[in-house]
Amino acid sequence: MQRRSLWRRRGTLVLLALCLFLAGCSSALLDPKGQVGAEQRSLILTSFGLMLIVVIPVIAMTLLFGWRYRRSNSVAKYLPDWAHSNAIEAVIWIVPCAIIAVLALLTWKTSHSLDPHKPLESDVAPIEIQAVALDWKWLFIYPEQGVASVNEVAFPVDTPVRFRVSSGSVMNAFFIPHLGSQIYAMAGMDNDVYLIADEMGSYPGRSTNYSGAGFSGMTFEAKVTTPGEFDDWVETVRGASETLTYPEGYEALAEPSESHPVEYFSAISPALYESILKSFHTGGEHEMDSDHSMGSDHADSSDGDNAPSTHQAAASGHHTDNHANQDHAMRTHPASVEAGG
Amino acid sequence: MFGKLSLESIPYHEPIIMVVAAVMAIGGIALFGLITYYRKWGWLWNEWFTSVDHKKLGIMYFIVALVMLLRGFSDAIMMRTQLAMAAGGAAGYLPPEHYDQIFTAHGVIMIFFVAMPMVIGLMNLVVPLQIGARDVAFPFLNNLSFWLFAVAAILVNISLVVGEFAKTGWLAYAPLSGIEFSPGVGVDYWIWALQISGIGTTLTGINFFVTILKMRTKGMTMFRMPIFTWTSLCANVLIIASFPILTATIALLTLDRYFGMHFFTNDFGGNMMMYVNLIWAWGHPEVYILILPAFGVFSEVISTFARKRLFGYMTMVWATIAITLLSFIVWLHHFFTMGAGANVNAFFGIMTMIIAIPTGVKVFNWLFTIYRGSLELTSPVLWTLGFIITFTLGGMTGVMLAVPAANFVLHNSLFVIAHFHNVIIGGVVFGMMAGLTFWFPKAFGFTLSEKWGKRSFWCWFIGFYVAFMPLYVLSFFGAVRRMQSYANPEWQPWMILAWVGAVIIMMGIACTIIQFWVSIRDRKLNADVTGDPWDGRTLEWSTSSPAPFYNFARLPVVGDIDSFWSQKQRSNEQQEEAPYTDIHMPRNTVAGPVISLFALVIGFALVWHIWWLAGVGAIGVFVSFMARVFNDDIDYYVPAAEVERIEREHQQRVKNSDPYKPSAEVEGREGKQRYVEVKA
Repeated sequence: MQRRSLWRRRGTLVLLALCLFLAGCSSALLDPKGQVGAEQRSLILTSFGLMLIVVIPVIAMTLLFGWRYRRSNSVAKYLPDWAHSNAIEAVIWIVPCAIIAVLALLTWKTSHSLDPHKPLESDVAPIEIQAVALDWKWLFIYPEQGVASVNEVAFPVDTPVRFRVSSGSVMNAFFIPHLGSQIYAMAGMDNDVYLIADEMGSYPGRSTNYSGAGFSGMTFEAKVTTPGEFDDWVETVRGASETLTYPEGYEALAEPSESHPVEYFSAISPALYESILKSFHTGGEHEMDSDHSMGSDHADSSDGDNAPSTHQAAASGHHTDNHANQDHAMRTHPASVEAGG
Repeated sequence: MFGKLSLESIPYHEPIIMVVAAVMAIGGIALFGLITYYRKWGWLWNEWFTSVDHKKLGIMYFIVALVMLLRGFSDAIMMRTQLAMAAGGAAGYLPPEHYDQIFTAHGVIMIFFVAMPMVIGLMNLVVPLQIGARDVAFPFLNNLSFWLFAVAAILVNISLVVGEFAKTGWLAYAPLSGIEFSPGVGVDYWIWALQISGIGTTLTGINFFVTILKMRTKGMTMFRMPIFTWTSLCANVLIIASFPILTATIALLTLDRYFGMHFFTNDFGGNMMMYVNLIWAWGHPEVYILILPAFGVFSEVISTFARKRLFGYMTMVWATIAITLLSFIVWLHHFFTMGAGANVNAFFGIMTMIIAIPTGVKVFNWLFTIYRGSLELTSPVLWTLGFIITFTLGGMTGVMLAVPAANFVLHNSLFVIAHFHNVIIGGVVFGMMAGLTFWFPKAFGFTLSEKWGKRSFWCWFIGFYVAFMPLYVLSFFGAVRRMQSYANPEWQPWMILAWVGAVIIMMGIACTIIQFWVSIRDRKLNADVTGDPWDGRTLEWSTSSPAPFYNFARLPVVGDIDSFWSQKQRSNEQQEEAPYTDIHMPRNTVAGPVISLFALVIGFALVWHIWWLAGVGAIGVFVSFMARVFNDDIDYYVPAAEVERIEREHQQRVKNSDPYKPSAEVEGREGKQRYVEVKA
């Protein structure tokens, strides 16, 4: 029976390898379309390979020892009191330690090189797109172009994009699997992730952090185009009849909706993204805490190459303005204030 | 009068729920009728419900856990069916508001009401016997812990038919779980079920911590304790240190929901990431609370059936302690994508990987216990071998997730789902199945059917791979957790394959049920007369099966690791036996079930905002607790003559049984012969 199971397990491994191979053909993570994703793929494969150094012997030893030292095998040695060996104990501590040491170095290096807040090196100037998670759709704001779109985002190929990510509702996560790193979208917090695409195409994106009933349909399309096509796309958006004002238009858009269609807004209220962020900064002294709990600030102080971002000023600028209103707001609407203040 | 509760709270329009409710009702009525018909209520109440006997409490934990496993697994197969159907724009058969409750309930039930009670049940059953104690340190608290857990399980099941359950995921991340985004009663059910059972768990932690430290028999130093006791000790340290965090976090969420406070809301200075940090500061130690005792089970099983001392006992203990400490400084790896700085992420990533070292060492220790052993391929051993292979793979994917930069693409995907099922099924479930089979005769006096046990193992083992390997593959396509439907039709074949795997696991569960049936039917044939069916090594096998209520007629004296084994090796000569003495035992108590019933009333009333009823419950808890406090008649002495009578009966049974029946002994002799040959 044990021999049969050996074959079965080997079969499983072959099947697994085949699966990974098949998956590689159309898989977002194994067939990345950008520098970040490519580095993450090689990181995944490297760590996988490193750990196989232990995993394969363990599985082999399990099968081998289980079979060799079965009770019915009378030729195998049986030493019921043998329970210690310095040599073996040294090896079983040193080998995992060595592998983890290598992995730890790799972790330290890649945690810094692939820090989502770190600007990507490129000759092309980065563009900024602000992504706001709403129930249950993505609002993309183009501050430089002064336009916005819902559930569709376009940007030129080979151009670093700084996505600033926040939420107008519950927590979500912004993710384009083909391009790499995801990042949480949290209300009142200004997160960011740098991504780049090196191949044109249309890639699916979505929220990965469960956010309620419409979560499954909270997807968007990331269009990677030539710079010229990107300008055309912006022109198309500018030609749309609708505009997005704050707070009226935004609040209407923020109403829960499922599988929301793509929408374009030809013009937006100035500092729309900052206004959405600020709308949660009600309540006075704690707001400094919530700004600082955002990891990007820590990153700013720990590595110099990450320039302090402008949001810091934007987010705390209203600090004193709101302070006076706080008591009033607390008294009147203890729990029902959504985006007030 | 009835707060938010009205007749509309019952989901009549949901046919699935109504059918389930009807089945539960019919089952309940049938059970109630049978107990009444056979006049077993008095027996149940006096012998079981009010019992402070740790062995009976352990059995009751397991019974509730197995019932809840059926519920949790029904949720699982419903989810897999939904995802096998809902591809490319198809809606499937479960709308999001139902699907979201199911995945939340699945997680909550499997962790809090299946895995936890199995682990705690096994500790109850085994730990006092392994340390040569007659009961736990606080027998009444032990009964109370069980009942608090049991009423919490009832509260979760009430949510199925009265109102709704949370639609937030098992950890109820804020702000989604706040009153603004979850105005229904689902999260409140979650809150009160977890608070009530959490208090029970904390009490258990304290109880077993004290028991292991203070109640070990003569000669059992810390470094002579069986490994299962060691891992239980560490698990209880983790419970004591981490469950108060859970209680406090949920209390803060309660203040947000009930009193309009802003600990975790989006605005007014609330911080949802504080919730996420706190919940994982409990949540990560929690997974070690589950897995450490399972490691203990495998250690006992493998050295018993390899008939060999555990390789590297000291290493095993220190590895367990190391894991215990490290488990408190890794919580951030559950949310690297929060956007913390690179230094923070790297620190938590590396700390997480370091846990792989003691865990890896443990795996090698088990392997070298088999090496030069004489391994009997019983079903507990199959579970153990299956565990080593599966858990190693799960550990590998865990380390991959611990690399922050890789986590940025794997987080929240099905990779995470596949990983933690890889370690929880491969580790905790396999461990509990091994432990259940291994210690079942100690609890009931007969062994479980090996044939059906092995069938169950193969179904679980194969079913696991078929169900979860496709999820690893899907994660590379970009499939995420908690989706109710997906647009990409290419994912569907993998989802169907995963469904097939779930069906195979279902067959495994069916095999376990048949195993119980067959074994109970053949209990005379499989009787464990000697109390030592596996040629065991530790003290629990030195007493009869099922163990007498006082565990040991004479408290054993320990001089070694595996003391019972060495005692058997040393001699067959008649030991000089001290006369029996009176035994001091705790009395059964009604306080546990009564206090817990009032706790259930409080929980239900608070869910529905029925304030007067909550007051009634609170007064009930207070009064019944005070009644217990001022009751002095809580213990008694078993006279020496009675002990002698029980022991004589047992010895008579052993004498009357066929002396050649325990085949284990014969093989053992052969084994010993081999040993002699090798030495020569």
